Amino acid sequence: MTVVVFTRSTPDTAAKVEVNAQGVVSWGEAATVVNPWDEYALEEAIVQAKGGAGKAVVVAIGADMHNDALKHSLAMGLDEAARVDDSALDATDSLSYAVAAAAAVIKVGGVDLVIFGKESIDVGTDAHIVGTARKLGWTMLSYVSRITAIDYAARTITVERMLEEGKQTITSALPVVISVLKDINEPRYPSFIGIRKASKAAIPTWTLADLGVPAPTARTRIAAYKNLPVRDTRFESIDGTPEQQAVKLVDRLIEEKVL
Amino acid sequence: MSGVIVWIETHDGAAIAASWEALAAGRMLADSYSVPLAALVIGGGSSATTEAGRYGADEVITADDATVSAYRLEPYAALLTALVKGRGARVVVAAATARGRELLAASAADTDNPLLADVLSMTVSADGVIQAERAAYAGKVLSDTVVIGGETQFVTVRSRAFAAPELKADSSASGSTFAPVLPEDQIASKVISFDAETGTVNLNDAAIIVSGGRGMANNPANPPADATDAAAWKAQEGFRSILQPLADALGGAVGASRAAVDAGYIPYAHQVGQTGKTVAPDLYIACGISGAIQHQAGMRTSRIIVAINKDGDAPIFKMARYGLVGDLYQIVPAITAEIRKRQGK
Repeated sequence: MTVVVFTRSTPDTAAKVEVNAQGVVSWGEAATVVNPWDEYALEEAIVQAKGGAGKAVVVAIGADMHNDALKHSLAMGLDEAARVDDSALDATDSLSYAVAAAAAVIKVGGVDLVIFGKESIDVGTDAHIVGTARKLGWTMLSYVSRITAIDYAARTITVERMLEEGKQTITSALPVVISVLKDINEPRYPSFIGIRKASKAAIPTWTLADLGVPAPTARTRIAAYKNLPVRDTRFESIDGTPEQQAVKLVDRLIEEKVL
Repeated sequence: MSGVIVWIETHDGAAIAASWEALAAGRMLADSYSVPLAALVIGGGSSATTEAGRYGADEVITADDATVSAYRLEPYAALLTALVKGRGARVVVAAATARGRELLAASAADTDNPLLADVLSMTVSADGVIQAERAAYAGKVLSDTVVIGGETQFVTVRSRAFAAPELKADSSASGSTFAPVLPEDQIASKVISFDAETGTVNLNDAAIIVSGGRGMANNPANPPADATDAAAWKAQEGFRSILQPLADALGGAVGASRAAVDAGYIPYAHQVGQTGKTVAPDLYIACGISGAIQHQAGMRTSRIIVAINKDGDAPIFKMARYGLVGDLYQIVPAITAEIRKRQGK
């Protein structure tokens, strides 16, 4: 049995992301990192593979910048990596991503568990994750904070999901797609040996033809990126004794109409 | 009848606040297309059914049986997809909550239609194409995303991005019912339990958030002799006895930085930031939070930011409208007392 985990490279947390006059986004010379939510997905894939799933395969969809995330994944201990890259695919469109991701899971074969991090910070959504589950026809369990039980023989999984009002415990038949939150685990750091092995790894590239699916029709398009509206940079330091500070602050907040 | 359908998300028999914001977004779209606005309430016994009409829906569709009494994606998505296809709905809108996001993403994928997720604002072009403003790259920039074709457009709107409509005294909405389509034996998942977090205000809906960071450990109170981690006890006690009362006085929610969560000061559900929640309250009071970039990712669009920190050089002051340098354990109780005084309590 095999677990598949999806990841991608996103600009480093400290990177200054800017948009030029043509609406194109860039982050200069800043490095990319594994999409922050994916660290937990990658760790969970390693844990599940060791705990009975068998092998853990990491897949990225998109241009070769995503090889960095795949190499990081291999260095953490994922068994195999592959990247789906096809000029006919707009991976920022969640439907297109889902079609390719579902086909990649089928190509890997024998998969009972697919893991994603909660969302991708670049596209700012998790729609492609839910879409992947639907295109596979598998149960989607999103916002998983804990896998309480998984039985590969009986083909069942029980998880805790963190929803706005509390915790839902839900059980499902396998196969499933799950998206995981930060408190599911503590991601490991890549080992020195892992980094050396990953640096030498040849990562196969799959086209849509390799996956046996026609190019999906994108249903959304990013017309342009924009910089954030300029923030009000006024700053007022409120000094005095704690009591004086409190009085002045409450006055200001009433003037600002937030109280 | 190709109208706009808004899913009114309910919890414990009542609509969540963000659903009415979604209804406002749906009203804008329905008026743009000159089509009726329907509210969909799934699962029974809900006050949302009567309220939906008072908030301005032209029709309220209810769908209820044992398969949809507790929220599960599979029966809900099958129901929504059948309804959308049957009516040839023009747009489906929901609040971008955990449930709303996945429900509309599932139905959009099932029908190969466009989805605009977590929308901040929208416009409809003269030829009827929806363009949405969304956050991208951890909220560092925005994107204008347009839909391409599709019979039905799916839209989820971020909490607090749209103002809820006015609640009128009466409703003139018509009512209809729609039967769930997926029988229990075709549903792979079963809900075992739901543990509600009682008494707390939802961070995403909160107009005011009081957040604590690493500085919460500077509590002057002495931990009991049996406390295994003195710093954690001090911080936990501070969240409980200093921050929560201020949040309560303001009718707000308690948030936290990643550092506070990782140190075990407060549960992860309260984390604001890149690997926590993204919030945009009117007022964000950061107490003992340095303001790391990954924290900023979750709160940078807050309207007024107040920073309380003993280190006047902390990066949080660069984002703040008002800065109070000093000991939060003295300043926060003074603010709470001052607010109570003004409220006449």
